Amino acid sequence: MNNEAIEEDETRVSDCAGRVVLIQDCVETSGAFLLHHLMKRKLSRESSEIVVFVAFAHPFYHYDRILKKLGCNLVTLSQKGRFIFFDMRKLDCLDEVGGGRTKSGLVELFHKIHKAAEVIASPETKICITIMIDDLSLVEVAAQGSSSYVIDFLRYCRTLTTEVGCTLILLNHEDIYSNSEESTLNLELEYLADIVMKAKPLATGLAADVHGQLTVLNKRSINEHGKIKKRIQNFQFKVKENSVEYFYSGSRT
Amino acid sequence: MAETMCRALRDGSLEGEHAPALTIKDTIRTAFGVEVFDHVLCYMASTILAQKSQSSGLVLVALDRSPSLYLNLLKSRGIDASDSYKWIRVLDCYTDPLGWKEGANVLSRRESLETLFKDVSDLDKLFDAVIQLGRGMVGQGKVRFCVAIDSASLMLRHASLSSVGSLINNLRSHDQVSSIFWLIHSDLHEIRATSVLEYMSSMVGSLEPIFQSSNEQRRNSENLLSIENDTREGKFIVRLKRRNGRVKVMCEEFHVEETGIKFLAVPSESEMVNQQILPKLQFNLQLSEKERNEKENVVLPFEHQGNGQTIQIYDGRRSLPLNKNDSTTSVSVLEKLQAESAQGKGEIHYLRDSDDELPDSDEDPDDDLDI
Repeated sequence: MNNEAIEEDETRVSDCAGRVVLIQDCVETSGAFLLHHLMKRKLSRESSEIVVFVAFAHPFYHYDRILKKLGCNLVTLSQKGRFIFFDMRKLDCLDEVGGGRTKSGLVELFHKIHKAAEVIASPETKICITIMIDDLSLVEVAAQGSSSYVIDFLRYCRTLTTEVGCTLILLNHEDIYSNSEESTLNLELEYLADIVMKAKPLATGLAADVHGQLTVLNKRSINEHGKIKKRIQNFQFKVKENSVEYFYSGSRT
Repeated sequence: MAETMCRALRDGSLEGEHAPALTIKDTIRTAFGVEVFDHVLCYMASTILAQKSQSSGLVLVALDRSPSLYLNLLKSRGIDASDSYKWIRVLDCYTDPLGWKEGANVLSRRESLETLFKDVSDLDKLFDAVIQLGRGMVGQGKVRFCVAIDSASLMLRHASLSSVGSLINNLRSHDQVSSIFWLIHSDLHEIRATSVLEYMSSMVGSLEPIFQSSNEQRRNSENLLSIENDTREGKFIVRLKRRNGRVKVMCEEFHVEETGIKFLAVPSESEMVNQQILPKLQFNLQLSEKERNEKENVVLPFEHQGNGQTIQIYDGRRSLPLNKNDSTTSVSVLEKLQAESAQGKGEIHYLRDSDDELPDSDEDPDDDLDI
């Protein structure tokens, strides 16, 4: 079945430790469902992975409610230490001190993440850690528009992917950068990411059964035989109350 | 051509000249610069090991990827890394480029050939660190080493263009540096920055998509996921600057495979036109070699003129024959021409009947019309 093929592909996406996954969405189609989907996979009973969630957009209870419908209880998981939540909605990073800027907020945040990752990742236990950031544009807002500061932060987060084998999952909005020639944040992110997922509205217009389309670019996709696979794959999706359906375009009317 | 480029790096610099430098540049549409960088790195490593290269060591400034990844890469490409301490040093600007991990416990399981560098914005210090690492490896004196910088883009993020320029210039003019190469993502910077680095290098290898799209399309934000990006191929254009100022441009195609990047010679321009741009036609627009030779051998009507013979064109007014011989008539000319045609030459002759008849200029051509 189509869904199985896609699920298998997704598993491979979510299994790849040490990668950077970038989710890009737009106003018409939110990519948050991908974040929830990946979170659910990481926190499912079969896996023993740990999720470090850095929230800039929504509070804990927002995610708790959504994940409950998907079959995960974030409260119990965080008590067990499998879900670590950093509420960063009130972070303000730059303080003007005597003309010179002292950057503190994101450095501290990185220290927090780094410490958490180090505590979890000991050489004996091979636990995978996933770091999720729910809205990069709000990180930029917190950094008062300094995109280079945000990129420094992300590059530091990326060092954890090689040091302790973390996976880094980032959500960003694509359309807010479409006009500004100056901002290279999006481009830098695309260079940084190993996997880029783009959620867009259906190109052919509205449809009752299809909520949008998903394009996945896997820069280093190598299949089980060590051969290079196709880089780009297209799916369509339908977001349901407690699950998401993925299918190849044309397989639904 | 990638071969030529690599060989130039391998051969190193002449006494009193700047070291050859290579800029590898790519854009997000063909983001395979990393693969080219790896290719050059592995080539240099293998020639250093085989002692075919002028340099006897390699200093890698790792900004974009972790040092352990590079060491694994060399191993996976079959380069013997058992005594790598003798010929490679990695300056680790990846793990903690800005000193944010100060106070935090940086994992200390690093190998002796990696050196942590914590202040990328200070390029003078970086220069000293590179030279120190190189000297620590090959010793003082005349022995040279090669320098690789895996992302000039990241350097430009942390330091000004002039300081990056001066770093590269200092490295190139140092007596112990045999060659230097770096990678830059050109769309992250102003054109100015890329051109400055291109000026400072003796070779530029740029990766471009096989099919160029218009500016408008290129600016389209959908670029990364556009269909033409679903390929692992592209054009590799090498620009070599000779010492005398001559610039040579060469073009190749590349394919990225699981074992690395492969370069293929591009078919000649006319063949490319034939293969790629023109649709399949039922008739032939191109000439074969035989056809071209035959075409060149055809004598065109005007071509025999002045070909050792006197020019003879009968203009119908006896002007030419009159100059030579008064008694020559149109009939004799005709005979002469007939004799010539008997020799097998096909020619077209026109003889006007008579000079006496004047055109009826005073007649109204519409006289017979019944209006």
